[in-house]
Formats: sequence, structure tokens, C-alpha cells
Amino acid sequence: MKNFIGQPVDRVDGPAKVRGKACYTADVHPPGLAYGVIVAAAIAKGHVVRLDTVAAEAVPGVISVIHHGNAPQLAYAPMEPRSMVDPKVGEALRIFQDDAVLFSGQPIALAVAEEPEQAAQAAALVRVTYAAEAANSDFARASQTARPPRQSAQPWSRPAELRRGDADAAFAAAPRRVDASYEQPAEFHCAIEPHGTIARWDHDHLTLWDKTQWVDHDRTAIAHVFGIPDDYVRVICPFVGGAFGSALRAWPHVAAAAMASLLVNRPVQLVPTRRQLFSAIGYRPQTVQRLRLGAGEDGRLTAVIHEVVAQTSVYEEYTEASIEPSAMLYAAPTLRADYRLAPMNVNTPCPMRAPGIVTGNLAVELAMDELAETCGLDPLKLRLRNYAESDAQKRLPWSSKSLRQCYAVGAERFGWSQRPATASGRRHGRWLIGYGMASALYPAHRAPASAHAELRADGTVAVTSAAGDMGPGTYTAMTQVAADALALPIAAVHFELGDSLLPSAPAHGGSMTMASVGSAVHAACQELRTKAQELDQRVRLPGDDRLAMQRAYAQLLARHRLDRLTAETEAKPGEEAERYSICAFGAVFAEVRIDPDLAELRVARLLGVYAAGRIINPKTARSQCIGGMVGGLGMALTEQGLWDDRLGRLMNASLADYLMPVNADLQSVEALFVPENDRHLGPLGVKGLAEIAVVGVAPAIVNAIYNATGRRIRSLPVTPDKILGLS
Amino acid sequence: MQPFRYSRPGDSREACAAGAQPGAAFIAGGTDLLPLLKEGARVATGLIDINGLPFADIRHEAAGAWIGALSRMSDAAADNRLRQDYPAIVEALLASASPQVRNLATIGGNLLQRTRCLYFRDTAVPCNKRRPGSGCPAWDGQNRGNAILGGSRSCIATHASDLAVALAALDARVVLQGRHRRRQIPLTEFHRLPGDTPDIETVLEPGELIIAVFVPATACSRHSTYLKLRDRASFEWALTSAAAAVELDGNRIRRAGIAVGGVATKPWRLPQVEAALAGARSEPATFRAAAELAGQEAEPRQRNAFKIELMKRAIIGALTKAGNLP
Repeated sequence: MKNFIGQPVDRVDGPAKVRGKACYTADVHPPGLAYGVIVAAAIAKGHVVRLDTVAAEAVPGVISVIHHGNAPQLAYAPMEPRSMVDPKVGEALRIFQDDAVLFSGQPIALAVAEEPEQAAQAAALVRVTYAAEAANSDFARASQTARPPRQSAQPWSRPAELRRGDADAAFAAAPRRVDASYEQPAEFHCAIEPHGTIARWDHDHLTLWDKTQWVDHDRTAIAHVFGIPDDYVRVICPFVGGAFGSALRAWPHVAAAAMASLLVNRPVQLVPTRRQLFSAIGYRPQTVQRLRLGAGEDGRLTAVIHEVVAQTSVYEEYTEASIEPSAMLYAAPTLRADYRLAPMNVNTPCPMRAPGIVTGNLAVELAMDELAETCGLDPLKLRLRNYAESDAQKRLPWSSKSLRQCYAVGAERFGWSQRPATASGRRHGRWLIGYGMASALYPAHRAPASAHAELRADGTVAVTSAAGDMGPGTYTAMTQVAADALALPIAAVHFELGDSLLPSAPAHGGSMTMASVGSAVHAACQELRTKAQELDQRVRLPGDDRLAMQRAYAQLLARHRLDRLTAETEAKPGEEAERYSICAFGAVFAEVRIDPDLAELRVARLLGVYAAGRIINPKTARSQCIGGMVGGLGMALTEQGLWDDRLGRLMNASLADYLMPVNADLQSVEALFVPENDRHLGPLGVKGLAEIAVVGVAPAIVNAIYNATGRRIRSLPVTPDKILGLS
Repeated sequence: MQPFRYSRPGDSREACAAGAQPGAAFIAGGTDLLPLLKEGARVATGLIDINGLPFADIRHEAAGAWIGALSRMSDAAADNRLRQDYPAIVEALLASASPQVRNLATIGGNLLQRTRCLYFRDTAVPCNKRRPGSGCPAWDGQNRGNAILGGSRSCIATHASDLAVALAALDARVVLQGRHRRRQIPLTEFHRLPGDTPDIETVLEPGELIIAVFVPATACSRHSTYLKLRDRASFEWALTSAAAAVELDGNRIRRAGIAVGGVATKPWRLPQVEAALAGARSEPATFRAAAELAGQEAEPRQRNAFKIELMKRAIIGALTKAGNLP
């Protein structure tokens, strides 16, 4: 009997999704639902002096206009310890608790009405008088006075610096050197499903239908906001239409919906507008990174110096792992890496696919391309020459590392040997052709997770865990795991997730769902199978025939007059993280075509080869990876937040003006997997797949642009004006 | 969105009368108007739905083509005679928006679409076009997409239409129906420069409707093309675009029509470039020399100076194609 694990099983939730039967957050309409629309601050710093709601309240259907002047003071009890998804220093924005404005777009009032259009009209009629102050909205200026993050004793705090050896001395002595600064603008998740919340109070209990990647955290965070026990709050989120990290935290609008529901004594729906979403949630922070590489004549690295400056808000210190890639990617004997923060009057950034890692990896991989040229080496040869056989920073062996195979498979499939040896050395008609490549890594994580499995009278199994599925295919993958553990057909497994009443699960983020929840599902189903077998040792379960197995389970339960048999298991990581450095790796190859006269650029081919442990479902894995690669293409060529420095306001807060790649920007996008089975992170052999797919894409494309044109562009995105050297 | 009355007039007389009322707005495809209403960037108390009016035909005559104002962009783009005799128009249409938008949006509405200036669509910030007298933050702000030609201290918003640029190069005329008269005016005189009143964008009188566009059939129009340069490959407005129409006599250019988009506050014809082309040999050196003249009156701001060079390259690119050179 063939395992379902490893097979391209169709999405089990696919039919529901294409038929519109999958119920997303804003699809929920409990009886008596009222609608809330946010009034957002128009200034970046100062105070609200007056809020005139007379005209707004006169709109037919308006129930209430809530703001700091009439909102209840909420408990906002501190969470101890802080959640892994919340910044460790500073305080989250407290909704409608005072008159302070900390960033443009901050929610300052909420109009609640019978109908959404009435609420929108009322929100537009709220007249706000501000006392504005000079805001800190210019990243270039803010980065001049960047400072180290404040240290915190909270768990999951990140080091602000990494050191090994004397990198400055080694750099000064190096015969080959690269010293360059790379700019990356703020990027926004722009998931197709907008964030939204429906809040309903039943006496002192709160139900939230909320777009979230982590129902358990949402529950606990909102319980702390209102100062009520965790189990008074239930969070439901069975489907998420893309999130990429934006739905990890419980954002201010979630508390606003719950507050509104409390005040108007009805269920309230709150869905920020697309423009409001750019400041209602977080984003990838803008950064400038100076990278210095020192190497011998042969290209062997002797020094890496990496200085990152990233923006954060004035009320929270959001930090990322941007300095980690420079410590882990290559075998440099010395390293100095520093992370600095530039606080600004902006909303707090948050994780966005491969947070920090994609940023740091970008700088390292762009600089490596420059070093390859300085040393007269093929970029791939340079990387092989500096291959890290172990994690030099953690001083640990890799749990597994098949990056060499990724390079080899990628180079072969892509035809890397055909790379134009000199910049702007190949033409095809009006197009200049360029090849580029980059390495990628993403640290693999696992967290405790629980699952419940229930064998039913008909021999089917219901498996549950409070996990999430923002699109990668959690439903399908967990169904495969359960079906294999119990030797059942796919159709005999029903997996349920996204409800805080279910057995607890970690954040559906950080690429750790499969290793964490998958291990729990595997364990619960194995235990259930053992229990079933123990019911009657004389019966031999036909483990090699899935339909027969389903019948056998049904007969067993019937014979023992049981209507069900259950098992619940918590699966925890072991000490593997202390014994090994565990990472997914990848190699990305890009071919670009550029018309040097008209600055037209096409990414003709994009190939990612990944070693990420066992691939549970190659079909959903491919989908997940090409999606991530398209995100990387956007990072390279189109995406950027444009703040007006004087108004302190993000000016392109719409899908028309914040440009993500469209189909016409994609030609060939291909993802391959190198076989791996890494048992260190859990019984399934997985390392996690989501984040890695965005890493390395932007530098591969930008390096290809250099190969095509001979122009080093160190500021993303690479727009036509930069290709022509005009901006 | 504010509440509005909705009416569906039976004929153009009724439509013009209704359109002349304060707060009235005509709606056809609605692809631009509805987002503006939703964002509050435009307020209308009455929407007059003109989709029932008989202006959706495309007619071809020896003298030229009549494109009904209510024909959908996708219908015009699929018209074989337009493709054959006025290729710049079809190319400009196909380079516009997305197939879904083109299925709804109309030819008349396309000429009246509002600017993509980032400050115009965000009601939290000043904009002289949206709120006269409030100021122009684009002048010293995020003005990479803004105009280098035809701007004023009150407004440097570009006109966003691709179609209008092609029509400008082809000497098209706009047919207008008002309450009391019908008139035709050259497309190049239809849009106004912003001056001190950037909120007034066209010469349309209250209640006046665009009912058709007339494009004269010329030797030039048959040899026309539209080139659009932008930040992504589709579904994006022009960073810079150029329409070129040339009439050739052997390897000499007898006459040329050149217009540019994405760089000016209205569809921008370039007579000095045309004059340099007329009578010259159709060859790269001619195109380069003529395109050089395009940037003379340009007044760039901090972030859009690159458009001068990009515009010249777009003109050369369009001429190369229209002149049928390899």
C-alpha cells in the first residue's frame, strides 16, 4: 500500500473553495449583525482636540460613534510572558484609550450602523480637529540616528548583534573586498482576503470570528485586553485567504470590534477598507543594509560585516532576524553583525513571509555576486568555495543540508553553464540576456502542538487541532498524515482546524505547522490505532488495504458496543534544537531579458530548487513555492511603500498604486525539490516550506539584471528609471 | 459613499438636462467613478446612467471612423477596421487596464478618467484638483508618476488615458452633445491645462455628453503605433508612452503625428518633433534628433526627471515601429 504522504493529493478543501462554500471571516452573519467602519487619523503625530460626530450620528441607521471620549477604559492586562508574535519592547496600540495620534492611519473612531454603507457614510462625516506635531516620517533621516534595540528578558528575544573573531581587522587585511549598501523599501502583505472581525458577546463570553493565523493567541490576547479569563473567549477561523504573517497578532481593530459589540449590545462586523489595511496591520519594515565582505584572492571569505537599520514604530520595537543569514550562509571565520532600529511615526511592522531572513539574505547574496566579480569567479563557484559544512555561529552541525544538491540540480536544469561570462555579453534581438542566482535558507522551527483523533462507528476518523490554513494546504496535508497513520482512505478522514476550542496549536507561521501540528496529528492517530488494536488482540487489522481497514475499525467498535474511540496527544519538540542547526535550504536561478533602450524587463525564467525535508504533498508544495517566488519577484521589481515625508502618510495605500506582479510579469516559474528526510525535527521528516520560497528570489533577479546590463542596482525595487541609470 | 439618486434617462435630451443639475454625474462603465465615490474622492448626489443611450456603435466611412462614446473598450479593441486602419488606437486600448475593466469601461469614460496622482485619491490630504485651494503636496512629494509637461504650481497630475494619446496623434475630434447644441472639437482642445483651476479638466459644459469620437482616415493613421512603458507588464498606467503616426513617401517622412502620455497634464501633442520629422529621411538619426526636441519645455520635479529621457526613448521606439524599420 502506497503512503499518501509524498503523493500529489488534491486539496480536500478545494471543492468547497471553488464553489464558494468555504466560509471566510466576513462571510459570517450572525443574527442582529451591525457594521463598524473605522475613522483613521489624517496626521502622523499629535492629538485629537475635537471629534464632532453630530453629522455622523444623524445618518439614518447609525447606532453609535465610538472614540476615546466615550469608549470604556479596557483592562489591557500585560501578557506574561509575551507571545512570540508580539514585540518584546514597547506597548501595543490601545484602541480608543486616549487622544494621542502616533501614526497616520491610526484608528481614532468607529462608526457603527445597521448597514455597512451607513457606517461608511457616518465615518466619512466625523469631523476631527487635530493638534499636529512634527512627525518623524523620513526613513533616511531616522536611520541617521538609529540605535540598538533595547534588551528584554522576554523569551524569543532576538540578539541585536552577532560576533565571531575580529571581523573588522580581517576585513581591513583582506585582499578582495566588497563594501556596499542595499536599500529595501517597506513591503505590504496585500492578501486578497481583507482582515476582518465579527464580535459577539453572550453575557460575559465573547465569540470572535477573526482572520487570524493563530486562534489560540488571538483568544488570549483579546482576553487580556478585556481582563477576562482566556476561556471566556472563543476564536473561530476555519479559512484564511492569504496572510503571509499579517494575521499573527491580534490587531487593534479586533479589540475595536469586540468593544463595539459590547457597547451596542449586538454582534458587530469590522472589515477595514483596503486603504485602511495598509495601516491597520503591519508590513515588512524598510531597511538599509551595509555589507562588507573580505576574501582572499581565491574568493574564500575571511570577514563578513553586516549592519542593518530597520524602521519600527514609536510605540513598539519590532525586530527581525536580518543579521542571521550573514552568520549562517557561508563559512566565514569572522563576523560582526549589528541590528539597529529607526523608530518613526508609522504603525508597527510585523512578520511578512521569511521575516528578516529574506532581508538579510538579500544583502548577502547581492554582495556575493559583487565579490564573485571582484574575484573573477563564477558566482556559483564562489558559493561552493565558501560552503558552510556546519553552522559556524551556533557551533552546531546541520541536522541535514542538501544545498550542494540544490545547486547541482538547479544549475543543470537551468543551464547555468550557459551564463554569459561578462556583463551585457549576450543579446537576443533587442533584448539583453542575463543570468543570476542566489542561495536561500530559512531556519526550521517546531513548537508544542496537540491533536485529537476520534474513530467513529462508520470507521471514519475526525481529527482536530486549533491550527490554521492560510492557503498552503494544512487541511490536505493533515488528512494525508492521519490517513497514513490509521491506514484509512482520504475520504474517511475529516480534519478540522481554526477554532480555539480545539486542542491547542502554535502559530500558523514560521513554516512550523507541518513539523508541529503534523507531529501531533501523527501521534494522536498512531495512539488511536494502538487503542483500536488493543480492543481485541485477536483481530488482525488489515493495514495494507485502506477500505478493509475502515470496515475493520467499524466492526471493532460495533463488537465492543462503542460509538467512538478517541485519543488526544500533545507532541513536543525534543532537544534537537540544542544539538543541531536545522534549516531549509534552496538555490534560486533567474534569467532576465532587458531592452536597454526602453528599460523593459522580463523575467524569462525563475527556478527554485529546495531542500526542505520530506515533502508531504508535492502538488500543494509546488503551489506554495511558486507563490513565494512570485512574491520575491514583486520584491525585486515592483513592490514599495511610498511615504510622504512631510505628511507622514503612506501615499500608495491601494492595490492600484502598490504594485504586485501580475500574470504578464511571469513567464516560466518552476519549483523543484531535492529529496530529504530529516528526522531530527519530528517523525514526519519535514523542515517547513513556506518562508524559504520567497528567500533568494530578489537577489537572483537583481544579479541577473547585472549580468544583462552591467549595472549594479542596490536599491529595490528595480524600476525602469533605475535600469537606465536615471534615478 | 454618500447616498445618491439614480436615474436612467430615455434620450440624450433628458440625459443632458439631468446632467446639468448640481451634484450630477454621468455613469457608463463606472470603472473609475465608483472607486472614486467609494473613497470619497468624488461626491455625487445624482448618478445618471447613460448606458441606455444609442451611442455604442462603431461606424466606418471613407472619411474616417466614428467610435460611439458608449462602445466598450474591448469592443473597439476587437474592431477589425480599427485594427487595420488605426492600429495606434487598438494598441492603446489593449495596453490599458485589464480585460475585465475593458469589458466594462467605455470610450467616452476613458477620455474622462481622473488622474492617478497619489494625492488626488486620498481624501485625508490636500489636493487642488479634488479640493480647490487646498494645495498640491505632489509638488514636493511622491511625484515620480507626475507630469513634466503642462503642469502648474497648483497641479502636476498626469492625464491617465492611453487611448487619448493615440487619438491626439491621429487628429481625432470629440463629438459633444449639449442641451442646446451638438459640436465637434479637436481632441487636443478637449482637455484643459490645470493652470489655477485644476479641478476643471475639460471644456465640457454642464450637462454636455461625449457621444462619439471621430478619427479621420489618413495615410498617417494606417501607419500608427502606440508604445507604453510602465512599472509592470500589465494592468498599470504609463510611466511614459508615445503614439506615432507617419506618412511615408519612399524612405522620406511626409507627415507625422506624435503624442506622448504619462508625462503631461493632458494628452500631449509634440508639434516641434513633428516639424523636425516632416520631410526628413525615415532613419534612426532622424528619430533621435526629433525626439531630442521633446524635452525642451519639460519642467521636472524631484522624482520624475527621468521621464524626459524615457519620453525621448519612447518616441524613438514608437517611430521605429511606425516607420516600419527593422
